Amino acid sequence: MAISLDLLLGAVVAGILLGGFYAAVTVGVSISFGMLDIVNIAHPAFIILGSYIAYIVNTHFGLDPILTSIIVAPAFYALGAAVYQVYHLVFERRGDESLRGLAFFFGLLFITEVGLILVFGVDYRFVDAVYVGTTLHYGPIDLPLRMLVPFVCSMALLAGLQLFLSRSFIGRAIMAVSQDSLALQLMSASPARIKRIAFGISIATAGVAGAFLIIIQPVEPSIGRDYIGRVFAICVMGGLGSFPGMLAAALLLGVVESITATFYGPSWSPAVAFGFLLLTLAFRPSGIMGR
Amino acid sequence: MRTATFWIIAIAVGAIIFGLFLLAPNAYYFSAGFTVLQFVVLATAWNILGGYTGYVNFGTAAFFALGAYSTVVLYKLLPMPIPLMVLVGGTVSGLVGLGMGYLTLRLRGVFFSIATLAMAVVLQTLITNWDYVGGSRGAYILRPQHTPLLGDFVPYLFLIMLVLAVVAVAIARTIERSRLGYGFAAIRDDELAAEAAGVPTLRLKLMATTLSGALMGMAGAPYPYFITYLDPASGFNLNYAVNSIAMPLIGGMTSWIGPIIGALLIGSIQQIATVTNFFGGNPAVNLLIVGVLLVAFVIIAPNGIVGLAQTWLKPRRR
Amino acid sequence: MSKPLIRAMRAKAIACAAAALLLLASTWPAAAAEPIKIGFGMALTGGLAGNGKAALIAIQIWAEEVNAKGGLLGRPVQLVYYDDQTNPSTVPGIYTKLLDIDQVDLVVSGYGTNLEAPAMPIIMQHGMTMMGLFGLAVNDQFHYDRFFQIQPNGPNAKISSIEGFFEAAMTAKPTPKTVAIVGADAEYPKVATEGAREIAKKLGLKIVYDRSYPPNTVDFTPIIRSIQAANPDVIYVASYPPDSAGMVRAANEVGLKATVFGGGMIGLQFAALKQQLGPMLNGIICYDLYVPEPTMNFPGIKEFLTKYQPRATEAGADPLGFYLPPFAYAAMQILGEAVEETQGVDQAKIAEYIHKTAFKTVVGDIRFAANGEWAEPRIIFVQYRGITGNDLEQFKKPGTAVVVAPARYKSGDVVAPYTEIKH
Repeated sequence: MAISLDLLLGAVVAGILLGGFYAAVTVGVSISFGMLDIVNIAHPAFIILGSYIAYIVNTHFGLDPILTSIIVAPAFYALGAAVYQVYHLVFERRGDESLRGLAFFFGLLFITEVGLILVFGVDYRFVDAVYVGTTLHYGPIDLPLRMLVPFVCSMALLAGLQLFLSRSFIGRAIMAVSQDSLALQLMSASPARIKRIAFGISIATAGVAGAFLIIIQPVEPSIGRDYIGRVFAICVMGGLGSFPGMLAAALLLGVVESITATFYGPSWSPAVAFGFLLLTLAFRPSGIMGR
Repeated sequence: MRTATFWIIAIAVGAIIFGLFLLAPNAYYFSAGFTVLQFVVLATAWNILGGYTGYVNFGTAAFFALGAYSTVVLYKLLPMPIPLMVLVGGTVSGLVGLGMGYLTLRLRGVFFSIATLAMAVVLQTLITNWDYVGGSRGAYILRPQHTPLLGDFVPYLFLIMLVLAVVAVAIARTIERSRLGYGFAAIRDDELAAEAAGVPTLRLKLMATTLSGALMGMAGAPYPYFITYLDPASGFNLNYAVNSIAMPLIGGMTSWIGPIIGALLIGSIQQIATVTNFFGGNPAVNLLIVGVLLVAFVIIAPNGIVGLAQTWLKPRRR
Repeated sequence: MSKPLIRAMRAKAIACAAAALLLLASTWPAAAAEPIKIGFGMALTGGLAGNGKAALIAIQIWAEEVNAKGGLLGRPVQLVYYDDQTNPSTVPGIYTKLLDIDQVDLVVSGYGTNLEAPAMPIIMQHGMTMMGLFGLAVNDQFHYDRFFQIQPNGPNAKISSIEGFFEAAMTAKPTPKTVAIVGADAEYPKVATEGAREIAKKLGLKIVYDRSYPPNTVDFTPIIRSIQAANPDVIYVASYPPDSAGMVRAANEVGLKATVFGGGMIGLQFAALKQQLGPMLNGIICYDLYVPEPTMNFPGIKEFLTKYQPRATEAGADPLGFYLPPFAYAAMQILGEAVEETQGVDQAKIAEYIHKTAFKTVVGDIRFAANGEWAEPRIIFVQYRGITGNDLEQFKKPGTAVVVAPARYKSGDVVAPYTEIKH
């Protein structure tokens, strides 16, 4: 099939929009895994939970999904704080190896997924937002609003978080605890409390990302599994704990997935993310901009 | 107990179990038993790498599915007796385990686990795009008219799986009591120290992944004949990962008996839930059972049932 | 206790005993008759649930009618079914359970090629007669002599269920020269696209795009863009409801241009998708089985629909019921007749009877060919036009889905190109 420049351009643009969304999905794991060293493999489950909450509110009250997610973000924050509290009491204090923590989150992933299946069933759900269905056309480039709006909001989310982490007191405490927890303790700040706040923020971002997801595509409970690998692939490729690196990796992944889907068929897309991950782990485990 | 004695006892126990099942009123018992035994093999195999060596493998489904798909290929290309297919499946999965070991040799802890997940998805994508085995459309396996040894086909599959279970458990126990097992334990406890002490960690890790993978592949090989329809989505399902991690963890990861207890317990609960149509017969319920038990045990009893038993049996100090 | 009270209590006790005896007596004959169990998996959730639920209602209507008349051979009919979630991998387990644990006497398939084929090995193992509820050329790979299929595909299903589309497409002006073929990577679309390929070659159409996509694809924009880049005149799509909806939406988003667009898109026949997509359907040529055009008025069908529609609306299933329900009902009519006429549930005798009999059903007269398909195909192709807004009433009247092929049922000519008619 002839490689038309228009098609390539279209695929790249679509990939960038997709990558922006992936960044929002991953930023939570960037915090929990990159900074707190907690392997929250259940992060995609919280995202799907966010999608379903956006779906319910949208169906019953007609409220815009992104607006919904901002409103319920405090609830997700509380959920994250609670989960961290359990994790901390059970695992961190005991000093257990990461296997138990990993198993804990793995179990949470499945419990959440099955909970959603039992309540909602396996049917695909989608939302009716005002802008879904409208596309902006600029010559050969199509910008569907259903991708553009989440992209713009993702960038805003990332920018906001970056500002928070570098400027605010708590934000800098989070960055401190990720680098040297002992020093923080010596300065009589409580690492556990700081970590709890950070993890809460991480899950709150999951809720928001869930709203983005259900705008972009129909959602059903088990699609979270597709995102486990993507999320960790982006984290590792971007270098743990580095937002700019994570963003670059997310955009790169989005573009490569999009080009693969357009030119070779969508059935090869999953291999892209995971192939990248394997290569990165094998050859440059510290990632693009890792420390 | 000497190893040879153990093997004899294990075979005897297997024979008794088979005899009991022959007396069952309903053919379905063999089906349920097949599934539970399959989990015994998977759990035992996982534990060799996970419990003994300390490397958590999320890619159980990949090795299992490779065994199943090698059977599909043989079924279409060169039909042969199932025991031979089991050996082929085990070899294929073992080789892939070896390859995975090489690729991930430098990775520690959670990075290894994520890499196993990645590898599973890559393999699934490859199979999905391979039209010869049906791709996404799936492959149909028609059971042969003539069943070797026994009358019906499902008891025959059950027998094969029973033999595999006995072999897997015996291998696990043999390793546990051997120098290989001590090497694995050293890696699990502190890999750097082990290396410093001269333990050939790379070679041991490769043996663990190869053996674990091979056993999982052997568990997968009879599966297409059991289920008669196989597609990549079900063969590579993440459910296998959570089951094969939960069962050793719940049973107890430090001993060969832990995975058996875990597999029997969880497998039986799941089968009962299926048959009694608990929650309307929704297959997701099986996942809920294992998820809840996993989280519960990992919080309350991280050493599993074996650990609990050891605590209770320890003489109290005054 | 006082005497009057004792007397009152004694009277009540006697009354109760009498009532119990009467109750026992009235239920005695029914309790003695063992029910005839009919088992099946059905898509009650998942992509095909829209019509899976509809099929279930149709089957339930049949069972209730039969039981009201005293059952089959004097025995009440009992339906045993499980949700297959539109997931093919659940099917072998479901039929194993039905046959080994529930011990059903008769089986019917689930809805859809993807859900019917995986049951075949188990069914064949047990020697059961299988009444298939809609599937494309399922028996082509199994060659089972006790298999029957109620969708009017015809004995050469792969070709006869698709050629109408190309027949209609070739009447468009300018005459098409190139074709794009696309379908999901699953049983039905694979078979359908094979048929499309054969027909395209026979007609001398150049195939400029021929790809498949994974069944759980949700983003169809890259696919539509690739197809557009190849500039085909005709686009043939074989898809299941979620993909069909996705394709139509993506076509609208991208602004797809072609002479003819459509094909074997399952789901466009369902009320739910018609409602969702509304005017986006205009111009698409798609297959169908029954539409309320004047050329398709079969005896009995209006009565069935009158009974079906209110129940379906209440149960949240397909409120129009034009697609699967009448045929599911007809399938049960055939099965029931076979049981009555062979005086039992012997699978071999039932299969033999169905093979050699001509049946009268709510979807007309049916005879089966040797491979279990309809001896005469009756797949029609319609072109959607003039759809405005998202209400369903417009579909109950002729004009929104004009039959363009085959000639026997034709009620209008193809309007092309697809791009123009959309707006």
